[in-house]
Amino acid sequence: MKPRKSSPLSFLGKIEGLPIAIVLLVLYIVFIITAPLVFQGYRIYMSFLQTVPPLLVCGLGLTFVITAGEIDLSFSAVMAFSGFIFAWGYKTFPAPWGPWFSVLLALASGGLVGYINGLLVAKLRVPSIMATLAAQFFWSGLSVLLAGGKSWSIEGITTNIVHTVFVGRLFGIVPAQAFWALGLAIVLWFILNRHKFGEEVMFVGDNEDVARVMGINVEATKIKLFTMMGVIAAFGALLLTIEMNTYFDTQGAGFLLPTMAAVFIGGTSIAGGAGSIVGSFFGAYIIGSLDAGVVATGIGGYWTQLVSGLVMTASVVLNILISEGSIARFAARLPRWATFGRSSPDVETPKIMKKGGR
Amino acid sequence: MVDNTTESYALRMVNIEKYFGLVCALRNINLEVGRNEIIGLIGDNGAGKSTMVKILTGVYPPTSGELYVAGRKVDLRTYNVKKAHEHGIETVYQDRSLGEKQVLWRNFFIGREITLPFGFLNVKKEKEISSEIMVNTIGFRGKGITVDSNVSLLSGGERQGVAIGRAMYFQAELIILDEPTTALSLKEVQKVIAFVQKIKEGGKSCIYISHDIEDVYEISDRFVIMDRGEIVASIAKKDITLKALDEFLLEYSHGMKDKEEK
Ligand SMILES: Nc1ncnc2c1ncn2[C@@H]1O[C@H](COP(=O)(O)OP(=O)(O)O)[C@@H](O)[C@H]1O
Ligand SMILES: [Mg+2]
Repeated sequence: MKPRKSSPLSFLGKIEGLPIAIVLLVLYIVFIITAPLVFQGYRIYMSFLQTVPPLLVCGLGLTFVITAGEIDLSFSAVMAFSGFIFAWGYKTFPAPWGPWFSVLLALASGGLVGYINGLLVAKLRVPSIMATLAAQFFWSGLSVLLAGGKSWSIEGITTNIVHTVFVGRLFGIVPAQAFWALGLAIVLWFILNRHKFGEEVMFVGDNEDVARVMGINVEATKIKLFTMMGVIAAFGALLLTIEMNTYFDTQGAGFLLPTMAAVFIGGTSIAGGAGSIVGSFFGAYIIGSLDAGVVATGIGGYWTQLVSGLVMTASVVLNILISEGSIARFAARLPRWATFGRSSPDVETPKIMKKGGR
Repeated sequence: MVDNTTESYALRMVNIEKYFGLVCALRNINLEVGRNEIIGLIGDNGAGKSTMVKILTGVYPPTSGELYVAGRKVDLRTYNVKKAHEHGIETVYQDRSLGEKQVLWRNFFIGREITLPFGFLNVKKEKEISSEIMVNTIGFRGKGITVDSNVSLLSGGERQGVAIGRAMYFQAELIILDEPTTALSLKEVQKVIAFVQKIKEGGKSCIYISHDIEDVYEISDRFVIMDRGEIVASIAKKDITLKALDEFLLEYSHGMKDKEEK
């Protein structure tokens, strides 16, 4: 067996989220050049810090779900449902504790949706794409029903402390939700990469059989995972609803695909087993900046989707090129080309017992 | 509950049965694994070998039956992989032992992590011990493999080395190898066989499952033959030659075939 030489570039693959950070940087440089008026000022960035966090927060949760080899299509319905629960609670329970109670209620409602998803997936073995697709219809339908098909404006919230805490402006300009999202990203990075639960999620996504024979309670891990996703989506709903001072009957609907795109361009593998919180973080800012950015360049709103598609493709390709595995594989292949490989010619066909004749 | 009459066994199964729905995968399994005994478990695909292994290692419970480990009856309702590990039962599978996309240090400690308060991983300690296992137990030296390498970069033999090294580090009393050599080159198979001999020398027990009768014959003290969920024969090595064992298996399979054709 030959020593594996590591390529001089392999350290690049070790920096989590590097490819996607490069894409974000290049994107902003392009915007600064093509739309200097907008992108040389700070306002556009403040507006991103206000609009991206709900998507980002959901993307962080989704990173865990996809790492576990599952999918959640219901979080956008949670953004509506938990948003409604908050609006309803705010109207129903009096200050000073009512608003805080409503925050907890909203988070719990998301947790409930996720817990039910988890039970369906883990206990009844419904494929998560099916269970959460059904949940997506059910919970958004229920929100519409409960809200009477209307949007609810949340009166008086702009002067409430809850508003200041979640979506106030630090130093008068920086949206607080950006800090919440950043803080959550840091916490979740540690949970995925440095906590027992994160390790279990990775092994379950990598290979459920291995996880099981190594003593991981796969079912419990999945139930925890979906419950966590529900609570996180509800937190996204809070940031969204409180910022807008309104529960919109259609809220959440447009989040599904962009959030998934953010996670995938961030380098989290659809195959499960590995996920990048840092990648999803930058991915969310890329996805959340594209529309406004393309419009600001003046080439016209018709171009936004096309450009989005290009940027996504570029990110995914870059991720594959720079990823640690492919650099290492590339490096490992080098000596193989030179020495006709180290694949062993001495493998013998295993002798299978001729027996039973089945 | 201590059963004094079975102290000489590392493990004993009594009337173990396993149904998957209506399908009977194991029936009437009675088997003792002696202390410092190497059992060669032989049987066709689907005979129930892996199912038996998974019951022993707590992956799932049997439908009925009793299990004794080191003379003590195991409560099968609460038995699981963690408890099996605590009893010193370790398993090496052909392909189910390691998380492929995970780094080596995680693979060494998955399921029994060294943790700090609140369930956070003591990564430093886990890496230290992992690299110690790799150098001292497995003998990976100067091969460019570190504790931070992904399993996907390792050859089949290296992977089995990791799984086996892990079992040794955790001081297994009974190591079960379920077709550990199926994907390996001859040279790598020899390494696995040398390892089983080390288990024997170390006074531990082993169940070795393989389709290669020659290998099984070389290392086992006793052969246990399974067919369609049942143990059909148990023959000590001193009572049979390799040729006779081979013929027995062949004859046996012809007999079964004749029965099926009728
Ligand atoms: N999880 C399972 N669910 C249903 N049937 C199973 C399961 N695991 C094994 N079986 C069945 O039990 C029988 C024995 O399988 P197995 O123990 O894997 O055999 P072996 O390891 O000897 O090849 C087979 O018929 C197989 O289809
Ligand atoms: Mg098997």
